[in-house]
Amino acid sequence: MKTGILRFPGSCDELDAQLAAQMVGETVMLWHGDRDLQDVDAVIVPGGFSYGDYLRAGAIARFSPVMESVIEFARDGGLVLGICNGFQVLCEAGLLPGALLPNANRRFTFRQVELEVVEGDTKFTSACPPGELLSIPAKHGSGRFYADEATLDQLEAGGQVVVRYRPEQNFNGSLRDIAGVRNAAGNVFGLMPHPEHAVDALTGSTDGLRIFESMRSATQGAYA
Amino acid sequence: MPEQLPGLKDALALGLTEAEYQLVCEKQGSPPNQVELAMYSLLWSEHCAYKHSKKLLATLPTEGPAVVMGPGENAGAVDVGDGLICAFKVESHNHPSAVEPFQGAATGVGGILRDIFAIGARPIAVLDSLRFGEIEQSERSRYLLEHAVAGIGHYGNSIGVPTVGGEVYFEAAYEQNCLVNARALGLGPREQLMRSAAAGVGNVVLIYGASTGRDGIGGASVLASAELGEADDDKRPTVQVGDPFEEKKLMECSLELLELGLIVSLQDLGAAGLTSSACEMASKGEVGIDLEVRKVPLREADMEPFEIMVSESQERMLCVIEPSDVDAVRAICDKWEVSSAAIGEVTDTRLMRIFSNGELVGEMPVEALVDDCPIYDLAPQRPSEPLYPPPLARLDGSEDLAAALLALVGSPNVASRRPLFEQYDSIVQSRTVRRPEQADAAVLALPNGTALAVSIDGNGRRVAADPYRGTLGVVLECASNLACVGAHPLGTTNNLNFGNPGKPHVAWQLSEAVRAIAEACTALEAPIVGGNVSLYNEGASGPIYPTPVIGMVGLLPDATRAGRLGFVEEGEAIALVGPFQPSLAASELSKLRGEQLPTELPEVDLEAVRDAQVAVRGAVRDGLIDSAHDIAEGGVATALVECALAGAIGAAIEIDPGGDAWEACFGEAPGGFICCGHPTALAQLGERTKVTVIGKVGGERLEIDLGSEKIELGLDQLRQRHRALGAVFQ
Repeated sequence: MKTGILRFPGSCDELDAQLAAQMVGETVMLWHGDRDLQDVDAVIVPGGFSYGDYLRAGAIARFSPVMESVIEFARDGGLVLGICNGFQVLCEAGLLPGALLPNANRRFTFRQVELEVVEGDTKFTSACPPGELLSIPAKHGSGRFYADEATLDQLEAGGQVVVRYRPEQNFNGSLRDIAGVRNAAGNVFGLMPHPEHAVDALTGSTDGLRIFESMRSATQGAYA
Repeated sequence: MPEQLPGLKDALALGLTEAEYQLVCEKQGSPPNQVELAMYSLLWSEHCAYKHSKKLLATLPTEGPAVVMGPGENAGAVDVGDGLICAFKVESHNHPSAVEPFQGAATGVGGILRDIFAIGARPIAVLDSLRFGEIEQSERSRYLLEHAVAGIGHYGNSIGVPTVGGEVYFEAAYEQNCLVNARALGLGPREQLMRSAAAGVGNVVLIYGASTGRDGIGGASVLASAELGEADDDKRPTVQVGDPFEEKKLMECSLELLELGLIVSLQDLGAAGLTSSACEMASKGEVGIDLEVRKVPLREADMEPFEIMVSESQERMLCVIEPSDVDAVRAICDKWEVSSAAIGEVTDTRLMRIFSNGELVGEMPVEALVDDCPIYDLAPQRPSEPLYPPPLARLDGSEDLAAALLALVGSPNVASRRPLFEQYDSIVQSRTVRRPEQADAAVLALPNGTALAVSIDGNGRRVAADPYRGTLGVVLECASNLACVGAHPLGTTNNLNFGNPGKPHVAWQLSEAVRAIAEACTALEAPIVGGNVSLYNEGASGPIYPTPVIGMVGLLPDATRAGRLGFVEEGEAIALVGPFQPSLAASELSKLRGEQLPTELPEVDLEAVRDAQVAVRGAVRDGLIDSAHDIAEGGVATALVECALAGAIGAAIEIDPGGDAWEACFGEAPGGFICCGHPTALAQLGERTKVTVIGKVGGERLEIDLGSEKIELGLDQLRQRHRALGAVFQ
């Protein structure tokens, strides 16, 4: 699997995402001003503050040249993972439903959170046994997942809620404890917690590695 | 164009003394004009010239086997092996933070980060050291705390540098003058190490980063005074405003320029802006620099030449490059959407010459600006009267030991810092092996399997009681924190936060503290590689507690064996380790009791404490023990609570109190550790330093049996109290 990692001038976790993706394949950094996705099998939109995010997280990034290509890539069925700011960008770009609002506590908050894998048969979670709990760090100021009731019902019915915060772990006030969702086609996934920061026991946990392993399995069929 | 020259009155208003002004006239050969006076007043300020501390700082040890770059550059650096250096420095942003805590703290972080990448290292960590008034009583202090923490988080989180540690204390002496010290560390290839000395006559001086505005025009603003006939309101200084996104681009741009070898010398623009940066570069390079102020990218077109020279707009860098590299350098700047402009040239004149549209508006010998500021002797005198009123009493003496322990655990100086550090990203860059509250020092993995350990420490109250012994304790505590994760110190940075050095008692505090730092750093082989001095920290009610802040960097040979502070396993033995001689003098308990500060602290056996640190460090490295925690504020009992809460497991302890159960439980001193491990391992440790087994890990409670008295508290109750600071941030 060759994974492309977007790099905006305000990206912060792009090298962390690269380290994680390198554990399951090769990687290439994709500059925000370039349209060429360099024949990657998957794209990661990483964490950070894309263009400073002074307006609204991800609001400007979704118009960047590289995102134009990512939108096209996703519509063609390409695998796209958005982490934290990347999740915000994918929502702004209309590739994922819902929006990420400022945390209920109105502060940037860093916490190791426990997630429940709600859907174990997705392209991003196939390596997780059903009901698996993942210990993964979260760190953000705008992570409160919001969508209207009808959309939330639809997401749950359609198996699009992929990961949920366990009880008492939902510090940002996300509706229905939603930590990550996928699109209806199943090839785009965004979550607020950082699986790329949970791939090495030395720095905390290895639970996040499952996400990247799942992506590798998903691409193997198509590109092996 | 006829110019009305400023005079003595303007010089005094800018902070120069009459004698200094006369000396400026002498060096210049005539009274300085507006631009020249502005530049002299800044470079001859305490901040730039260290005129009251230079002689003392010269007594500090600065050499050691790991030192690659000592004091005098943007940051110090130590060798960490495999061709890598660790750059680090601490700086204060006290006064801006007292005025506007969010931006003051944010720009403090921004400034220290620039110091790190200016020497060619990628910033890998931020720590902070904070002091405020009593948050339980003072709404202003709660406001300052909340906004300073938010400002630090805002800047560090947005730029992708983890904030991995820090310390905060609350004392009435900081009510009017809070302290915000920010420290950063960087990592870089040794061969990319960059100095700031300008070199190469004919080379181009280029400014890049944010444009220059009227923000942060410090003392110079008084130049826009009626006496000069320019009573213009729009020349009032405004608070500097940080823009972490601009700095992020500036950082990536700088590191790319350095990697490509396009830079001859590099300097950030901090206090005193272009004036300080350009003059420092010329002075170190023993050259001259010509600057054309009209080429500087400006936010406001009508800025005066002196304003451009003294502006403290953030997120700017100044570099010297070869003329043939100008296009390549500007192309990298364009890639990162960072503005750049060639604004001057390196000359052989040894003069700073400032031009405005080609007209010479200032000409000064570099040596006069940078080296000829008078240096003053201090007149230290030990005060005969107490300098500080006793703290407000929170305990009335009727409490039993358990109630006192609960009060300590919930007191702002001891309670969990989680509500603060949860606002910081401590893990970005995938290097953080030990996060806050997991160990006494933060641990950052290096590519070759070793790791850096980093801690920052201060204890103003103990230094106020006894500047010499109190400061010894601070340096020892910092090294003890490194020992607890298994690291030995490579180098030290320090921030000397004191009051007005012109006052004999402050001069005494400062002299005694520096004497202690020199002695302790020598004994610990932890040389000073850089630092900062912040004087005049006083309010109407008097000076702050003298607050030397010490920050060390240490190395662990094996990152996987980094120590932890929490108890690990049921049934393990717990030991009190080290030559620990607890005393209630200037302790946290004595503060809660409202006691006046003593006039001295017990003697410190530097060598014995160092030997204990070596022993603990070795035991952690060998994997002999499972936890290690330095005993600090609140004594043994508080340290035991911290170990139990961090490990989420209780303990049963028996202590022979000797004379005084209160002293045994809550007394403080350097050189004590709580360690847990297998009894035979602790016995082995006992061959290297004093070890007393005092109990066992297990259960849901902390029990401390002192013979005649007993403390029994549930972990839930202790945890509840330990979360007291959460109320400030609810």
